[in-house]
Amino acid sequence: MNFDFSEDQEHLRNEARRFLEARCGIGVVRGVLDDGARSHDADLWAALVEQGWTALTLPEEHGGLGMGRTDLCVLAEELGRVLAPVPFASTVYLLAEALMMAGTAAQRERLKDIAAGRCIGCIAIAEGPGEPSPARLAAEVRGGRLHGVKLPVVDGNAATLALVLARNGGQVRLHLADLTDPSVTRAPVDTLDPARDLARIAFDGTPCEPIGDEGLVDRLLDRAAVLIAFEQIGGADRCLETSVEFAKMRYAFGRPIGSQQAIKHKLADMYVNNQIARSNAYYGAWALESGSDELPSAAAAARVAACHAYWYAAREGIQTHGGIGFTWEADQHLHYRRALQLDMTIGSPRAWRDRLFSALEAQADEEL
Amino acid sequence: MDFSDTPEEAAYRARAAAFLDAHAADLPRPTGGEMDRLAVARRWQAIKADHGYACITWPREWGGAGGTAMEQVIFRQEEARRGVPIAFFGIGLGLCLPTVIRYAPAEQRERFVGPAIRGEQVWCQLFSEPAAGSDLAGVRTRAVRDGDDWILNGQKLWTSGAHYSDYGLLIARTDPDLPKHKGLTMFWVDLKAPGIEIRPIHQMSGGVEFNEVFFNDVRISDAQRLGEVGEGWKVAIFALMNERVEGGKDRGLPAARIIAIARATPAGDATLADDGAFRAAFADGYVRMRGVSLTRYRTLTAMSRGQTPGPEASIGKLVMASELQELSRRLIEAQGAYGLIDDEALSMADGTVHHDLLHAPGIRIAGGTDEILRNIIAERVLGLPAEPRVDKDIPFSQAPKGI
Repeated sequence: MNFDFSEDQEHLRNEARRFLEARCGIGVVRGVLDDGARSHDADLWAALVEQGWTALTLPEEHGGLGMGRTDLCVLAEELGRVLAPVPFASTVYLLAEALMMAGTAAQRERLKDIAAGRCIGCIAIAEGPGEPSPARLAAEVRGGRLHGVKLPVVDGNAATLALVLARNGGQVRLHLADLTDPSVTRAPVDTLDPARDLARIAFDGTPCEPIGDEGLVDRLLDRAAVLIAFEQIGGADRCLETSVEFAKMRYAFGRPIGSQQAIKHKLADMYVNNQIARSNAYYGAWALESGSDELPSAAAAARVAACHAYWYAAREGIQTHGGIGFTWEADQHLHYRRALQLDMTIGSPRAWRDRLFSALEAQADEEL
Repeated sequence: MDFSDTPEEAAYRARAAAFLDAHAADLPRPTGGEMDRLAVARRWQAIKADHGYACITWPREWGGAGGTAMEQVIFRQEEARRGVPIAFFGIGLGLCLPTVIRYAPAEQRERFVGPAIRGEQVWCQLFSEPAAGSDLAGVRTRAVRDGDDWILNGQKLWTSGAHYSDYGLLIARTDPDLPKHKGLTMFWVDLKAPGIEIRPIHQMSGGVEFNEVFFNDVRISDAQRLGEVGEGWKVAIFALMNERVEGGKDRGLPAARIIAIARATPAGDATLADDGAFRAAFADGYVRMRGVSLTRYRTLTAMSRGQTPGPEASIGKLVMASELQELSRRLIEAQGAYGLIDDEALSMADGTVHHDLLHAPGIRIAGGTDEILRNIIAERVLGLPAEPRVDKDIPFSQAPKGI
């Protein structure tokens, strides 16, 4: 039985944690949070690139390190712990994965730019309120040119290259579009998590090329769901640690609040949720790395469990801290905001619960 | 990350499988009730004892195989796959006999260990009482010294298997004027002794799996004492620490069965499987149940790597019991008025879901209530301070007592 990270991966984790403690203190997160003009922390991004993090899972022929997705899960968890204000998920879990899964030889050349930090990615799916559906999608490609408005797009201001879901002939497919083209208009939109970038992007006849088939977007989101689950677990564990420390130090009615069952049981539930999320995420990591047929259900389970764990931990983390937790200066609201950001970044938990049920139905049909 | 055996584990699994294939098939299938199943289980236990599989992790000196906890788990997995009986001896061999070996004099160890390993004698655990459940140190069963003997009076409760057991491990209060943890002493008792009365407990689920055991002036020898007078709490902790890390088991129907039920259950103009509220609720419950099963693999991984399993193993029952309760309720609710019918011939999955719904309250209480498990996680895993206790340092006789 070998259902855990390896010794090498724990070593990678220790390195990553030391690096992020030095380079991504809470001041770095607040720097982006408090400055509406900044989409991300460019110094931290440059440092991650220099460490080889954007190149970790890319093939060696494209300037990558050729390591596995489970190694990437380790980095994701550490990035989530420190609320890293960088477009890592958009670039590495989404754009790079899409290029590796379905890119043509020419498209895959972009991987070199990702490895070298010259390319930042984003995925543009939503066009307004509600869960996107292929039937209602308005963005369209006509004569090789993309038309439409995407709102919102995570990391849409920082990105140089977008994956855009759009109608093309009779199909709904992802397209690669260069965001530096003059036909692209983009602007920041105010967001629940100002430490992360959110944009409105209008395409008005933007040159684009399709990537992959109609099924790519779902396969891509499954893979990203596993990696993002580790970011959520990193954040949820951090909330638990902070709350436990506070509950030991804070006294009320003559004793630590952590000795009261009302607080104790809340924190025990937080621990349970985090462990449930971790175990589901490990299975997701295994399914991702091994190319298992069960990836759709494993990824959806990882996402549903991680969304629940982070939301509960962030929400009850503030509650455990009481009044001080409601101040801007306390860090609890940064997790509250990030939990919501990660909840909705690749489709809401509401949509993923349904997706999990559908994946289990497909698996059951396979078994019977 | 994968789920495969190490080469050593694979080799052990092959040896275990060869043994089981050679011996398990000839075992008769129990046809009657509990006593019939016990008879078959005794035969199987004796066969395992002859081949060194009865107490895999015990030292060879006491009839064990000197094996690892992982080997024990592998053997159990292979046993479960072949449906051989594994009940009846868990409490004795897992909890009582290790305590006897640790605390009893040599001649008693010689007397008890062999028959227990071979399944000839069955042991039970006489710990819980009407006024001592979650707070076990509040036991009131009295043991009063009388020369070289002790006289027992009191009542034990929720004793699994007392009605077919030969002996029991009993914790009793020997000095009510000491604080509650200090006035306790551990003994072994012969359940056939005069003055012991065993009555079955009729559970809310309809079944009868536990007993209450009454002690009326039961005379036992001081030679039956395990550990020093007043050290009963320490001995009890030792006994409970010996509860084996079991592989654990999944409860409730597998997802594919539930989906089949949902598809067969009408809901509005479609089926329950098309109902958004059900799909969402099932998904939430599924990840928690699944999370418990997967957490077990993490525990096994630690064992396989020769490490102490992490605290995550403690979440299993806490999560599983509540989810089983809610899932069963949800499936039955979806049947509408028909859900009231609790009949193997008419109810879904041959009545399994109704059975689970009526058993779930007991699972949430037995072996640590939800509340105690949360306290344990908070205090032992997260390191939060214990609650102040008003009865810890005063004589037990003066501690506040209710019902």
